[in-house]
Amino acid sequence: MAKLIASTGNEAVANAMRLANPDVCSAYPITPATEIMHNFASYAANGEVTTEMLLAESEHSAMSACIGAAAAGGRVVTATSSQGLALMWETLFIASGMRLPIVIAVCNRALSAPVNIGCDHSDSMGTRDCGWIQLYSENSQEAFDNMLQAFRIAEHTDVRLPIMVCLDGFITSHSIESMHWMDDAAARAFVGDYQQVNPLLDIGHPVSYGQLALSDMYMEYRKAHEQVMAKVPGIVREVAGEFKRISGRSYDLFESYRLDDAEIGIVVMSSAAGTTKDIIDHYREKGIKAGLLKPRLYRPFPYDEIARALQHLKAVAVLDRSDSFGSSFGPLYLDICGALSCSAQRPVLINKIFGLGGRDYMPEQGEQVLDELQNIAQGAPVRAAKEYIGVREAAC
Amino acid sequence: MLTPLNLKDLSKQPELFAPGHRMCTGCGAPIVVKMVMMAAQHPLVVANATGCLEVSTSIAEATSWKTPWIHNAFENAAATIAGVETMYRSLKKQGKISDDIRFIAFGGDGGTADIGFQSLSGAMERGHDMTYICYDNGAYMNTGIQRSSATPFGAETATSPVGSESRGKPQQRKDLTRIMAAHGIPYVAQASPGHWQDLMKKVRKALDIRGPKFINIIAPCNRGWRTQTDDAILLSRLAVETCYWPLFEVEDGVTRITSAPREKKPLTEFLKPQGRFKHMFQPGNEWMLVEAQEHVDTCWERLQREQAMDVEQDKRK
Repeated sequence: MAKLIASTGNEAVANAMRLANPDVCSAYPITPATEIMHNFASYAANGEVTTEMLLAESEHSAMSACIGAAAAGGRVVTATSSQGLALMWETLFIASGMRLPIVIAVCNRALSAPVNIGCDHSDSMGTRDCGWIQLYSENSQEAFDNMLQAFRIAEHTDVRLPIMVCLDGFITSHSIESMHWMDDAAARAFVGDYQQVNPLLDIGHPVSYGQLALSDMYMEYRKAHEQVMAKVPGIVREVAGEFKRISGRSYDLFESYRLDDAEIGIVVMSSAAGTTKDIIDHYREKGIKAGLLKPRLYRPFPYDEIARALQHLKAVAVLDRSDSFGSSFGPLYLDICGALSCSAQRPVLINKIFGLGGRDYMPEQGEQVLDELQNIAQGAPVRAAKEYIGVREAAC
Repeated sequence: MLTPLNLKDLSKQPELFAPGHRMCTGCGAPIVVKMVMMAAQHPLVVANATGCLEVSTSIAEATSWKTPWIHNAFENAAATIAGVETMYRSLKKQGKISDDIRFIAFGGDGGTADIGFQSLSGAMERGHDMTYICYDNGAYMNTGIQRSSATPFGAETATSPVGSESRGKPQQRKDLTRIMAAHGIPYVAQASPGHWQDLMKKVRKALDIRGPKFINIIAPCNRGWRTQTDDAILLSRLAVETCYWPLFEVEDGVTRITSAPREKKPLTEFLKPQGRFKHMFQPGNEWMLVEAQEHVDTCWERLQREQAMDVEQDKRK
């Protein structure tokens, strides 16, 4: 039976991997994702999964082996963070271009230099255009639930794309939270068996993977990839519907929190959304109509749905946990702007960069943002389209 | 038990590497690949590093490969085939597959000795049941003849040009075969398509041994070596006869020269027909020929010493 337990995000992710019983797990250690592999390796060592472990000599080889293993014809998982994901970058495009449903857990962590092991989203944001599906998780429960659903989404025969499940490094990966475990049999039945599509190991039907496509063919492959991506939101919702029936927990492309009648709102991903919900409750008690939108499916980005959810607001702040350097805006802000670009009526949008390299996101930061939005909604001019919050000004 | 190589039988064997590929006229690499594939007695799955062989045999939507084939990137053929082999073991353990398959990775010297070296070393250490074949043409030929760590001393390439301040590649080549032998894997060999029987015997032997195997095979490139299009086999023989490319194997740590030249020819016989060494024969550059010859002599003597030591040790056992 499903029971309430205390678990870290990493334990939750490893447990979801156990339930999916992948055929191959290929990985390389990196903080803060390492613990996922500690737990999973012990499942393999104790016969709780039938997985073959491939402990590679780098993340580049870990993902390269995931590609070989997935093309061979079976379920494949891995996990990484930060520099590890950056080192995989080249092969991420290859995994998606070959349409291989590899599942990776990413414990979001800052990138060097300066070296830092704390949470921010620079790593997975740097891979947002690699043709992978990306899901973001607020807490351990969501990390667990997203992992289980990830296999279904990626391996769906209409999709067959790799998927990245992101959780905040340390904040979620290492914090113990109460969460609902799932009954093993129910979870296993939900994930189901892996379906092979053109496996390399089918020697009777030899196939060539990773061919050269010249200018007469390449663009058609890219368009086909884009068209498959367009099918993903529908499949994500279908899988979420099925997941609700066995778990009672609801998931969608994004979460709307007190947004329907809101006048001002914050868009923020992952663990910071939890803190922000508390702040919003506090402002609602004061009679201020504040709401929140928390993206879950970030790639493909559900532009139309998000535009519909936000267009009625007067002012919105997008909080990015990574930056796009060059006097540009954070990646999430740019996507929200893109989503609203075709709406006749749209809110004033401002961008805040927060929580880089493990800097805590404190309630005061969210409160200041809401106060600023409240002023803008009442007609005050925008002071700064983009600014860093929670930063030591004198040091800069 | 290894089946002996018989030309009559081999001639009846279906070719797994189809004609019609776009490798250059006179290239040594497809000859090597054909021999390797023909030596196999089990179904194969092949991984290919980025390089001449890969781009010329897989132009969408055609393929020269009649076996399952995967190209991932430049530096990861070993990790890729390791992933395929790991999935094979997993599915076999679970009773989901019954075929008895062999796994081969092909890479050029750049993809093997340079950018792919870490991936290769890691896969060998982990003990995957795979055979890595390096076809060594001594430079990055696919991108336009740039020097690699396998480029021989003195060779002119696009990035080691001969000029008023430069005499081609200043360094000796990396001895990849010996480096792989130092991994302590069950089988390492060096072969040449000019000695087809020796080459195919080594491949057959490698595929019969469980665990990681590595074979380094010289593959003349007339574009990069600046030679005629009909001399790939001649040059691959001269490489052996001058002891520039000795034929040997290291099986379970025991070194054995598989075919020593009856009479060791001077290195100049291998260098002279190649335009990339032309400057070494010009007045004032005699020292280069001396240095190149000395390096070959040193390596050859060391190899003979290693063989003698292993024979001696065997006797004592």
